[in-house]
Amino acid sequence: MNVLLVAEYRDNKLLASAQELIGFARKLGADAQMFLVGSKAALPAFDGTIYLADASQYGEFNPEAHKSLLLGVIEETKPDLIVFSHSSYGWDLAPRIACSLKAAQISEVVDIADGAMVVPLCNAKLRRQVKSSTPVTVVTLQAGAFGAVEDSGGTAEVKEIATDAPSALSFEGYEAAEAGGVDLSKSEVIVSAGRGIGKPENVAMIDELAQALGGDYGASRPVVDSEWVEHNRQVGTTGQTVSPKLYVACGISGAIQHLAGMKKSEFIVAINTDRDAPIGEVADVLVVADLKQFVPALTEKLKAG
Amino acid sequence: MESKFKVDGAGTWYDTTDLAWRMNEYDEYAIEQAVQLKEQVGDADVTVLCIGSDRVKEPMKKALAMGCDRGVQVADDAVSGKEPFEIASIIATFARDKNFDVIFTGMQSQDRGSAQVGVLVAEMLNLPSVSTVVDFSYQDGGVTAKRELEGGIKAIVKLKTPALFTCQLGLNTPRYPTLPNIMKAKKKELLSIPVGDLLQADPRQQTTTVYFPEKKGGGLVLEGDVAELAGQLVQILKEKTSVLSR
Repeated sequence: MNVLLVAEYRDNKLLASAQELIGFARKLGADAQMFLVGSKAALPAFDGTIYLADASQYGEFNPEAHKSLLLGVIEETKPDLIVFSHSSYGWDLAPRIACSLKAAQISEVVDIADGAMVVPLCNAKLRRQVKSSTPVTVVTLQAGAFGAVEDSGGTAEVKEIATDAPSALSFEGYEAAEAGGVDLSKSEVIVSAGRGIGKPENVAMIDELAQALGGDYGASRPVVDSEWVEHNRQVGTTGQTVSPKLYVACGISGAIQHLAGMKKSEFIVAINTDRDAPIGEVADVLVVADLKQFVPALTEKLKAG
Repeated sequence: MESKFKVDGAGTWYDTTDLAWRMNEYDEYAIEQAVQLKEQVGDADVTVLCIGSDRVKEPMKKALAMGCDRGVQVADDAVSGKEPFEIASIIATFARDKNFDVIFTGMQSQDRGSAQVGVLVAEMLNLPSVSTVVDFSYQDGGVTAKRELEGGIKAIVKLKTPALFTCQLGLNTPRYPTLPNIMKAKKKELLSIPVGDLLQADPRQQTTTVYFPEKKGGGLVLEGDVAELAGQLVQILKEKTSVLSR
């Protein structure tokens, strides 16, 4: 099997997800080549050919140019599988490539089993096995699902590529993440509120529990999007990545984006009415209870010493 | 659609009976943005499209009550078996001769979560598109959009309409329909088109099986009386962590 790995580059840096793409190729035992719109100054150690376009020329985000460049490489290398990360870059570029190639796209692959790709269904509550019926297949890989190869070794052969595809879209640059008043990455204890808190008034009980534990409170994305908690307390892929000594997830179902931000915590307690919630997969202790009763009860116990 | 899931009889999807159904969350942001754009430019006409059985009429009525002008149901009782390419092809076939200036979609669905359909529709229609948008502003045929990247960073993009945007959570604050608008929505047009009139694509992938993930185990599950549970947890935290020993 011949696979083409699509690595990512942002803010003049190669993203570490390239090592996960290499890990995936190794798991398949496939011949791998890599595509990157990036820079010669930031290449991964890779035992194969890297087809490189200059990001300073084409822009780090420029769907039409990147599509044209990648299609050129696919034409030349004729891969069976084109592999992206399931990331903001992969979400954008993978369907464009699949559409041009008339190829199936299988999104957010977490495993390979029984000759099929395994993907989550219903926010990771279920798993689904999928088989492609096209000669070429596009896949996106869930972050962290395939281990990053620490020492990928080798010096890549670099082939520079170019395109003159016009672009209807202009990339104006980046806006930095909102400056946070709260740096949760330094907290030893974090108590986080999820959608299960039900209403904004209940943020107070999460804060009280956090204080009783000598920590800070955080939140999952839905709570932040509802503006119940400010963005600078969001834990997860688009918020902060934390690893406190104790993480208490209150009413958080455990979407992969949230898990990615907190699963390295030393000890994880989840409070949830649903004992099948995916947060249970990473929790050391799952308390099956209504947090609106349990959280105040726990706070009381802690205060009583 | 947030309740106990079961695998269906064929073992290739989730059982759709006994579930509470609501609008796909990402689509609420798409509808809100379309209605906000209509309010901004004044002279605009908003069509909301949904593919599915008669079950989709309820969320479509909500969309009409939020401010869309007409609804189009693509009637399909077998929608859950259709893969993203087929879904996109249905939407693109519908949209091809309508000359929409702007198309908004959710960035993904809550069940399949493929994050493909919006971008595929744009590619099929040869429209420029911006995915995972968290900020949208329109002026004189031009759009400035912000895409959400990992770590909360945003990429700023400018382009001209016609164009397609896939909407990420947090793009806006979807409104609750008011009672007068719910009444008004009852008079709005709600068309139904058989899926066979629009589907011109064959599936490119098949689901072979659906199942519950294996519990990795190791975690302790506590159930019972709340006060006792609190006591048990404090004891566990004292034994297993250092955070209560200060």
